[in-house]
Amino acid sequence: MAVIAKDGYIDLVRDRVENFHGNQLVYVGWDDHLLFSAAQAFPLPPEMPFQALVSDVMPSVFNYHPDFRKIDWSTVQWVVDGVKFEPDMGKSLKDNGVGHKSLIRFKTPGLNGINGTRL
Amino acid sequence: MPSKKLNLRKRYELLTRGMGWETTHQKMDDVFPYDTFEGIKITDWDKWEDPFRLTMDAYWKFQAEKERKLYAVIDSFAQNNGQTNLADASYLSAIKLFITGVTPIEYAAHRGFAHLGRHFRGDGARIACQMQAIDELRHQQTQVHTISHYNKHFDGLHDPFHQFDRVWYLSVPKAFSEDALSAGPFEFITSISFAFEYVLTNLLFVPFMSGAAYNGDMATVTFGFSAQSDESRHMTLGLEIIKFMLEQHEDNLPIVQRWMDKHFWRAYRLLALVATMQDYMLTNSPMSWKEAWDVYFVENGGALFEDLSRYGLRMPKYHELATAEADHISHQVWSVFCSLGNATGFHTFLPTEEKMAWLSEKYPDTFDKYYRPRFEYWAKQQAEGTFEFQKGLPQLCQVCQVPMVFTEVQTDPMQISYRVTEHGGDKYHFCSDGCKDIFEYEPEKYVQAWLPVHQIYQGNCGGATIPEVLEWYKFSPDDTGDYIGSRDHARWQEWKGTDAMVKQA
Repeated sequence: MAVIAKDGYIDLVRDRVENFHGNQLVYVGWDDHLLFSAAQAFPLPPEMPFQALVSDVMPSVFNYHPDFRKIDWSTVQWVVDGVKFEPDMGKSLKDNGVGHKSLIRFKTPGLNGINGTRL
Repeated sequence: MPSKKLNLRKRYELLTRGMGWETTHQKMDDVFPYDTFEGIKITDWDKWEDPFRLTMDAYWKFQAEKERKLYAVIDSFAQNNGQTNLADASYLSAIKLFITGVTPIEYAAHRGFAHLGRHFRGDGARIACQMQAIDELRHQQTQVHTISHYNKHFDGLHDPFHQFDRVWYLSVPKAFSEDALSAGPFEFITSISFAFEYVLTNLLFVPFMSGAAYNGDMATVTFGFSAQSDESRHMTLGLEIIKFMLEQHEDNLPIVQRWMDKHFWRAYRLLALVATMQDYMLTNSPMSWKEAWDVYFVENGGALFEDLSRYGLRMPKYHELATAEADHISHQVWSVFCSLGNATGFHTFLPTEEKMAWLSEKYPDTFDKYYRPRFEYWAKQQAEGTFEFQKGLPQLCQVCQVPMVFTEVQTDPMQISYRVTEHGGDKYHFCSDGCKDIFEYEPEKYVQAWLPVHQIYQGNCGGATIPEVLEWYKFSPDDTGDYIGSRDHARWQEWKGTDAMVKQA
């Protein structure tokens, strides 16, 4: 809204998508699994199929949690940028509406962390 | 015959107001180009009252005296191998975070006050800022000198200023300082002198200094004492500048209130690091973060704002949330450090049984319910050898730059607090409404934020792997990771073992 500066600002948007060498940033947060203290940031090609996010990218971090290998992916509830959504696993992130700096949250019903503690 | 000796008031006047003049060859607005664009209206700079009436000659005398005492203590600490009297070498993690995260803020404050000491139009305010600029430089310097003794014996203390500019969690204090430094002079002084030094400084200094005393760190206690008389002067300056702005013109009130809201929240988010230091990094903690918050903010801060209400100023926005969060933030931030301990310049360690009993006592409503389980789970994994540091990089808040670990403490403490807004077609994420409001008021400023995680992914931090990034930070492998099994730990055991043998003999 306001620019409070003597001579204005230079036009610098430090995290514009062009700065990520063909990738876009995507954040992924696993609800009710606070053993991961925050959502995770990944630089990913927009053309990456959603399936690859699930089977190649997410395990690199979330595998550490014993719940991860028990996930029944057909029951997972997805929220992208605050809106519930059903990913088309064969389509790209972009075609699924996952853009630069989108936040993907997923919930795994029945799997609520270590001993149900939401950790 | 008149006396040759001037009284104090006259001396003060000559040595401050008497040093300035109304310029004629150049317009005053050209000589002082920075003190109007923020919209603060000053009708009479002579109404500025220096609360201390301190002149430069008296200042030199006081400071020199304190300096002599401090360096005598530092010398004797070194000669007597004071480092061996610490409660435990893991305590040094707090000192490592202090020298890398707080000392550079002192230097940033020096730069800011030096700028104000040139650019405020009123000579009284200018002189006060010049002295504070020297104070801040002196604090930075005495902290470096004091802590350099530990650098001879422990890892992770070798390059704080290089690290301040680069390391992922140090971007939190760096962004805080640079937000104030890149603002106009009145906003800078509201941020540093009032929001930070007046409202919140006790939360940093008191627990940290008494924490040092509780853990046998007499060197740190001494620099704390040496800085304390300066701090009380700074606090008074902070209060004076607020009253001055509010008394000068009624149009200043909404501007000052907005700065108060902003910089309270900014400084409070920074203090999450201090909360963590206090509750987890100190071997013996004199008081919990929550206790300190209740005394220094809820009670003392409450009284202060009651006093300021006659100027129309109200409590900073979201202060109730900060009070509700007092039960949570230290546990949340230590959790993220423990899970990323392979990338911190200090050693992490899980709380001992004894420490957890203390935390249960101090946080009866939250520790056992929400936080103990994760530390016990990690302890079990460590015992079994299955513990792993987290492999990914966390999402950061666009404004405070803390990893997005804070939760909805008022409704669901196990749900991360996610906030988002759009600007110029891009999304921006925040940990709280406080940070989101700050962004939305001045988006053109915060779209420029240097977020460490994003910078790593843009390829600006030495490489794409963790070892490459750590090398770029100038972290050696001995600086990072768990305290148990570290070089610091081994050295400590060696000293203590030798000690025990000497005692037996």
